[in-house]
Amino acid sequence: MSILIENLSTLQNVIYIISSMLFITGIKMLGKEDTAVRGNFLSALAMFIAVSITLVNVVNPLIIIIGISVGAILGSVIALKVKMTSIPEMVALFNGFGGLATFFIAWSEYSTTPENYFQYILIMLTTFIGGVTFTGSIVAYGKLSERLTIKKTSLITKLFTTIFYVSLFYLIYSAFFTDIFEPNFDFYLILIILTLLGGIGFVLPIGGGDMPVVISLLNSFSGIAAAFAGLMLLNNVLIVAGSLVGASGLILTIIMAKAMNRSIGNILFVGYAASSSGSKSEETGEVKPINVSDAFLILENASSVLIVPGYGMAVAQAQHVVRELGELLEANGTEVKYGIHPVAGRMPGHMNVLLAEANVPYDVLVEPDDVNPTMDSVDVTVVIGANDVVNPSATEEPGSPIYGMPIIEVHNSRTVFVLKRSMSSGFAGVQNPLFFKENTRMLFGDAKESIGGLVSEFKE
Amino acid sequence: METYILLGFVLVLSIYLGLELISKVPSTLHTPLMSGANAISGIALVGALMLAVGDQFGQLQEVLAFLAVTFASINVFGGYLVTNRMLKMFKKK
Repeated sequence: MSILIENLSTLQNVIYIISSMLFITGIKMLGKEDTAVRGNFLSALAMFIAVSITLVNVVNPLIIIIGISVGAILGSVIALKVKMTSIPEMVALFNGFGGLATFFIAWSEYSTTPENYFQYILIMLTTFIGGVTFTGSIVAYGKLSERLTIKKTSLITKLFTTIFYVSLFYLIYSAFFTDIFEPNFDFYLILIILTLLGGIGFVLPIGGGDMPVVISLLNSFSGIAAAFAGLMLLNNVLIVAGSLVGASGLILTIIMAKAMNRSIGNILFVGYAASSSGSKSEETGEVKPINVSDAFLILENASSVLIVPGYGMAVAQAQHVVRELGELLEANGTEVKYGIHPVAGRMPGHMNVLLAEANVPYDVLVEPDDVNPTMDSVDVTVVIGANDVVNPSATEEPGSPIYGMPIIEVHNSRTVFVLKRSMSSGFAGVQNPLFFKENTRMLFGDAKESIGGLVSEFKE
Repeated sequence: METYILLGFVLVLSIYLGLELISKVPSTLHTPLMSGANAISGIALVGALMLAVGDQFGQLQEVLAFLAVTFASINVFGGYLVTNRMLKMFKKK
């Protein structure tokens, strides 16, 4: 019998090595356009074989099979039914569930008596990261789906933020400054409660425009939690796969923070309001509105057009009419490109997904660095529901809170159309001098209707 | 103790490997990468299954293992399917 167990355990470890190799190849391929679909498949295959070989020696298969079935049905239904515009909140939700699973694993390990001090520390850390990932992601889900609207300055936010710091302190104290080798449930339950409440406080003060950073960071946390669970359970494949996720989440977090020219610490713990101590110049000047038929005449004669979408396009669900306008312009002999800022929207790559859904090919999507140097040769830029990412204060006004942030410099193009509901300022709360520029025309109203109007003008 | 050092070594190397592999991801793939990575973090499912292997298996562990398996499965199935759905939409001109 013992030989059999030994052989099984060896076989499992060999399979785990193969699985790890597939995960590594899979995530590498996921980072390139041509191979991404196959990469995702390889990583799913890696998951399948790792799970299958672990299932072999499960003691009570019934509850496990029920659990997997329930999860499979729920997960598949959500994944196949969800609208593409709801992707950000759904990724947050799935992420939270992954965190919750590691949280339960750590809890279960605690209740079976930690064998040594290292394991004890790992259980505490995994509990904390898993728990914060869970409740943090749920709050992110609430914010992204706009079910949860709480002001940063409200008392509730401050209370939860304080609990987050307390939970962090409690974790450090309980993990490193006590010598509890015997599991003590009173002690552990306090950590559980603090951790879950603390996770709420971690995400609650972070505003809408900073969501791309938070969601990437939570993504990274869920991987780190799985990797720590791997250390705790002495399982290699958990460590490798978890670390890869932790690294990819970290890379996205850094890309997002760089695109805002802010440090991760500033985004998480300070926010825009506190950093905007610089002089705020009251921009005055005349706003020049334009109507749909005049805008059409200008577009009809343009030889190059750059469309710059932002979160407003997602809100107005305007991606399909935008694609239609782009196609009509191209049929008219105009060169059409889409300028995508890395932090436009509520998650990394948000605009890319929406435009892909509307059948816009990804090779006409350009990044700020590609398009800024030749901006003065662009006839018309059409800004659809974007604000901070095209704010010229970032390059012109050293006192501005967003000074230094890389932007799409639409103000250097010949004519700028800004599609906007009203004159309210963007997420950063900074007035946008773009609206008062000589070459800017404001096209007020719902983006979907305005573009729809342009489309019907073209069709006539 | 030695095992932890060895596994810690695997952890650090894997993170470095991940950082190297994904450092130049095009922005088109930011969302699919995030959601695909999210599905991979469902590897916690393997951890959850390991809970159901031990010999000390009380009622609390049974409940916790069941919950961990269920939530990790949602993460795995949902994550892979939605990533695949999203990637299928990306087309070249």
